[in-house]
Amino acid sequence: MLTGHRTWIFENKPVIVSTGTVGGPFEANGNIADDFDLLHSDLWMQQDSFEKAHKLLMEEACIKAIEKAGIQKDQVQFFLGGDLINQITPTSFTASTLGTPYFGLFGACSTSMEGLALGAFLINAKGANYILTGAASHNAAVEKQFRYPTEYGGQKPPTAQWTVTGGGAALLSNEGDGPRVTSATIGKVVDMGMSDPFNMGGAMAPAAVDTIEAHLKERGVDSSYYDLIVTGDLATIGRDIALDLFKKHNTPIDEQRFLDCGLIIYREGQPVQAGGSGAGCSAVVTYGHLLNRMKSGELNRILVVATGALLSPLTTQQNQSIPCIAHAVSIENGGA
Amino acid sequence: MSNNRKKNLTSIQQQYQTFAKDREKKRPVFKNCIKAFFVGGFICTIGQAITTFYMYFFDFTEQTAGNPTVATLIFITMLLTGFGVYDHFAQFAGAGTAVPVTGFGNAVISAAIEHRTEGFVLGVGGNMFKLAGSVILFGVFSAFVIALIKTILIQWGGL
Repeated sequence: MLTGHRTWIFENKPVIVSTGTVGGPFEANGNIADDFDLLHSDLWMQQDSFEKAHKLLMEEACIKAIEKAGIQKDQVQFFLGGDLINQITPTSFTASTLGTPYFGLFGACSTSMEGLALGAFLINAKGANYILTGAASHNAAVEKQFRYPTEYGGQKPPTAQWTVTGGGAALLSNEGDGPRVTSATIGKVVDMGMSDPFNMGGAMAPAAVDTIEAHLKERGVDSSYYDLIVTGDLATIGRDIALDLFKKHNTPIDEQRFLDCGLIIYREGQPVQAGGSGAGCSAVVTYGHLLNRMKSGELNRILVVATGALLSPLTTQQNQSIPCIAHAVSIENGGA
Repeated sequence: MSNNRKKNLTSIQQQYQTFAKDREKKRPVFKNCIKAFFVGGFICTIGQAITTFYMYFFDFTEQTAGNPTVATLIFITMLLTGFGVYDHFAQFAGAGTAVPVTGFGNAVISAAIEHRTEGFVLGVGGNMFKLAGSVILFGVFSAFVIALIKTILIQWGGL
């Protein structure tokens, strides 16, 4: 079960039975539009506030996942989820709609894998038959909270990242068909004293590197074991830094197989500066695009490392550094 | 300030910061300046055209045409902000759209739109000057200090 210091090996290999992914208009124009279950053409989504639209993203992703598995809402034992809004209210409202027992998580953009790791642990230990886990973010709602008003004309530097509008949820179970969760490494907070909220990739890269190296060491595998190692939202700058850090630490990583969700989701030429970010980013890319590629047999073993910048608008204004974290979960095809 | 902060960092943190700084994509400062120069100049040309318009067609002088010109520019900014165009334009123009009065207008208007969902009193009323408030405060205060200096110089300096 526990291997090394902070890695779990799941002997029962919990199955990702189904997933649900929802996106916004900007994602519909992106690179992986076909991998979404549902796309909205308008940021408001017929709601009267961005926060309500945010809740809708989470809700629809969860309901879609339950629907696709062909089960009823009340068969789900626990719901583990989170987002970036104050006191994670969109997720809590979703939990209220679902009516399932609920753990609220906050891991910023690493929430998706934090939820998947904990969910897999519970299923593996036979603590539940069905667990729903997910994360979401809404561009305007999150920008409003962390940065400036949506329509404010401030020029963003090339290191800034674009918050993804999207929600992704996965349903885990002990039986069924689908890719399986085989192991997870829990990250520790890495704080390199970086304090620029417009360069989160640079702040999060050391956390991602730390978790990946710990995972490979504790699981006793080489990076070539995985078809892909995918980070959450390091974007261009963070990814380059991470690759250089691996080089510096003499950890062999194949550049072609080291991808980033924040770079997969958008097309070249979309005005996102360095790339995508947000709690929904790794959730929609993993539960949509990557799992589809696994199901088609193109990929067999992937390691998803969701990275989170655990800052708040208050700590930024008080000039504090950005504490960062990364959680890694391995998803593999094949028998029980 | 930043030197002070650096002192509190461990050597590993400092090493990483230099490491990351080397790989950071810099703001294209020169290109931004050129763009800001032309867009800012363009906005000022429009402003001049509006001033001339008020002087030519209405009963305004060069001194009094300033107020209706500013009001007109802010009205145009309001429309552009409300239709969601201004922020895209500003990403291109940078200081070119931030420094003229249109930037101030945009700061007030965008905040008012943003907080509409929290009601008129606590939402719009309480947040409208969230960004622009400090401009007003320090603007008024600087004007006060300058006026004080001027008064002192005239009274006692014999200017």
